[in-house]
Amino acid sequence: MAKSNKPIIWGTFAAGGTLTAFMTPVLIVLTLLAATGHVPDMLGYENLHAFAAGWFGKLSIFIVIFLSLWGSAHRLRITFFDFGVRADTLVAIAVYTIAGLGSIATVVYLLRI
Amino acid sequence: MTGDRLSALQVELEILRYNPETDTEPRFQRYSVPCKNEWCILDALNYLKDHLDPTLAFRWSCHMQVCGSCGMMINGEPKLACKAFVRDYTGVIRVEPLAHFPIERDLVSVADDFMDKLKRVKPYLIPAKKRSIEEGEYRQTPAQLTRYRKYSMCINCMLCYAACPEYGLTKSKFIGPAAITLAHRYNQDSRDDGRDERQEEIATNEGVWECTFVGACSDVCPKHVDPASALQQVKIASTVDWYLEHFMSWVKK
Repeated sequence: MAKSNKPIIWGTFAAGGTLTAFMTPVLIVLTLLAATGHVPDMLGYENLHAFAAGWFGKLSIFIVIFLSLWGSAHRLRITFFDFGVRADTLVAIAVYTIAGLGSIATVVYLLRI
Repeated sequence: MTGDRLSALQVELEILRYNPETDTEPRFQRYSVPCKNEWCILDALNYLKDHLDPTLAFRWSCHMQVCGSCGMMINGEPKLACKAFVRDYTGVIRVEPLAHFPIERDLVSVADDFMDKLKRVKPYLIPAKKRSIEEGEYRQTPAQLTRYRKYSMCINCMLCYAACPEYGLTKSKFIGPAAITLAHRYNQDSRDDGRDERQEEIATNEGVWECTFVGACSDVCPKHVDPASALQQVKIASTVDWYLEHFMSWVKK
């Protein structure tokens, strides 16, 4: 039997899962801080805009969004499967399309900054 | 103060009965078994067979959680009958053969599929170079032993297969938790050099990639082998392999 090509998808899933496990709680805390008007100066709009304008910033933001999208897409796919939705190909096409469009949109928006 | 320990209790068992030679389909039979407070389900079954109904068929051997023969579904959960105690249950206890396996008779499952899969993953040492007896034993440090020791505790009881939803969903195509864990156990062994051969079986779609990390295998394992962790490690190693094979084929794995 031939070896599987699933590592292509699973690699981004594993990396995305690990990353979001650390990043999501931080993002929630920062969002709550921002919502209550307690934004630290370092994370103010001007500073973050400057960060996103540089190549290092663009690359970091892209990696975080790209991996989170693909990690979540694959997680959703297997969740559907485990909950008894057996239309795996259809689900796979749907979730990976969303992740793909999200990745492209990220690149477009980042390049515009 | 042994009064409580020796007190008797009447246990209601609802046992799946099936004889493929005479029955068209399985049915349930109720038994009322007088048990001692410290008895396990296996004790109750043995009493039942000795005193109430000698036609009941079930497998067992050691009665001490090392042989892995008495795996069965107890109230819908895969358990060793020698590790499940009657005092921990209330009401009628339902006893069935292991899920996902064909029934040989009553509580006896057909284990052929698992045995075939074990053979496929080559669960034995494949040394790079055979040592002669004069050269002495293969030596190993405690750290090298620790790498695989947990995974070597498997007693092939098949509870993880009865618990794994993917094994059921794939109609037994999935190689499954115990066999892949044993492959990993030998891959992790410093004396072994057979990983490439085993990867041909376990790095496939029907191998480790059928696993969606439900984790039920580790929940039910009576020896705390934690097959789910072994499968996750196999996935990571197989992913690294894939990138090396496709983009950096000059790097040795």
